[in-house]
Amino acid sequence: MQTEAHAKNDPRWDMLFAPAIFVVAFLLAFVAAAKSPEPQMQIQAWTFLAATALVLVWWVRRYAEGIPADDSSPYANDVIKAGVIAAMFWGIAGMLVGLIIALQLAFPNIFYFPDLPFTNFGRMRPLHTSAVIFAFGGNVLIATSFYVVQRTCHARLAGGVWSWFVFWGYQIFILIAGTGYLIGVTQAREYAEPEWYADLWLTLVWVTYLLVFLGTIWKRKEPHIYVANWFYLAFIVTIAMLHIVNNLAVPISWLSTKSYSAFSGVQDALIQWWYGHNAVGFFLTAGFLAIMYYFIPKQAQRPVYSYRLSIVHFWSLIFIYIWAGPHHLHYTALPNWAQTLGMTFSIMLWMPSWGGMINGLMTLSGAWDKLRTDPILRMLVVSVAFYGMSTFEGPVMSIKAVNSLSHYTDWTIGHVHSGALGWVGFVSFGALYCLVPWLWKRERLYSTALVEWHFWISTIGIVFYITSMWVSGIMQGLMWRAYNEFGFLEYSFVETVAAMHPYYVIRAFGGLLYLSGTLIMAYNLWRTARGDIRLAEPLALKPQLATA
Amino acid sequence: MNYETISTFATSWGLVYLMVLFVGVAVYAFWPRNKDKFDKAARMPLEEDDR
Repeated sequence: MQTEAHAKNDPRWDMLFAPAIFVVAFLLAFVAAAKSPEPQMQIQAWTFLAATALVLVWWVRRYAEGIPADDSSPYANDVIKAGVIAAMFWGIAGMLVGLIIALQLAFPNIFYFPDLPFTNFGRMRPLHTSAVIFAFGGNVLIATSFYVVQRTCHARLAGGVWSWFVFWGYQIFILIAGTGYLIGVTQAREYAEPEWYADLWLTLVWVTYLLVFLGTIWKRKEPHIYVANWFYLAFIVTIAMLHIVNNLAVPISWLSTKSYSAFSGVQDALIQWWYGHNAVGFFLTAGFLAIMYYFIPKQAQRPVYSYRLSIVHFWSLIFIYIWAGPHHLHYTALPNWAQTLGMTFSIMLWMPSWGGMINGLMTLSGAWDKLRTDPILRMLVVSVAFYGMSTFEGPVMSIKAVNSLSHYTDWTIGHVHSGALGWVGFVSFGALYCLVPWLWKRERLYSTALVEWHFWISTIGIVFYITSMWVSGIMQGLMWRAYNEFGFLEYSFVETVAAMHPYYVIRAFGGLLYLSGTLIMAYNLWRTARGDIRLAEPLALKPQLATA
Repeated sequence: MNYETISTFATSWGLVYLMVLFVGVAVYAFWPRNKDKFDKAARMPLEEDDR
């Protein structure tokens, strides 16, 4: 470890520059807060200022009494612990907002107060999508990627305290984006609603994230780069590219929240869905596939079923996904050949998607019995099953004839949630259940029985959610296209809305169950981190030991 | 560069590009000499245990 000793004597520029960025951001926010004539910009700037100040206070407290032990340990763990806590917090917040807006759809006046414009569905809906995708999912991805890259490269995170910059910078982005939506600040670009200054800040954070990740791979002691790291890398690089291009915009003033996109018309629509679909492909798929390729083998104690398949899976997935975006613009002003191209590549995605699903499931070869005793492994495996289901459904819906029925209906919402709740949610929960005992050095979780409860409550919640949306969506699509014998539309729009009411109630109930499961998990993980063991489940019954 | 040029390029060289890429990946994945490396890599999550 001579190099480590040598490194200790080098000047720690990271200790200077990482907090310096927060100081600069603080000062810029102060200028904007003082000078901007716009109340919205003032609120955003004051929020930014307060957040950077709190981060700086945290920074001083952490490093005031010398370098903490975690900073010289073989692996950086504290930043991952922080990511786990942040993911739990944002996950509960985002799912709660989801439940509220689901109830608003079922009962339009519930939780809506005309005097409080932020309770409007239009403002809370992007808060929900951003909170669950970017705040919950993003923190899970950052935390797990930092965990996995260190273990599979046998190297400590590169860049010293820059990983903390990534963590705190990302939380500030979420805060600015989320509070911005509530006061009406939005670019109105799907999954990319934050305005130009938040986008610039995220670019800075994301490029730092890429450099920390690449730097760790660069100094790896293991010659081969494990497949999970390839997936994480594709996720980080592609999101950087998508984010920058989709958000090319000109603000109307440096002191205004409002900006205009560099693109217009159908080009703008295509750029938005090139971004939007690849946010699904690279954020919600590639990143979480990396989790699958590390946590399923680890928890099952079995090697990856076919490493060769994982290589073919990786390269074909990333080279096909990037072309699938135009299927969001069927029967629009987009040229027909571009629509067909999007549809064709979406159908081709069946192959890598199912190849990856089979690889994940078959990793349990010789360990299928563990599904009976280990609810964490069951959660991970069910997530892969949902991955297979929603990646089968997606290409079907991208076919123009099917899309003419499904587009703009609740079928899309159901499809998205079978992927989001079933795949992304469950694979994240599985990874978090693994990570907390590993990071906090606990023998096992506080309670395995509570994981069972979480698994079943949330699974039933998903079933309620997606089945109600299938029925509602297909009914909605059929009602919209129904003609009577005189060639007039059979139903008025409001009749279709009224018909959907029972399904909206069922959907909200499914969401309530799913959120309840997450709360059970938060309690279980909190008790685990504290070091508690549920007395009714003595250590000797630890299921992992039975087959070890 | 008009629409015809781009679409001809995309439907010819685009196809060649993706096919070559796929064959290259498959050859790399199934190259017999890489077998040991990949068998070892498949066990990578199982090695490290710093709990």
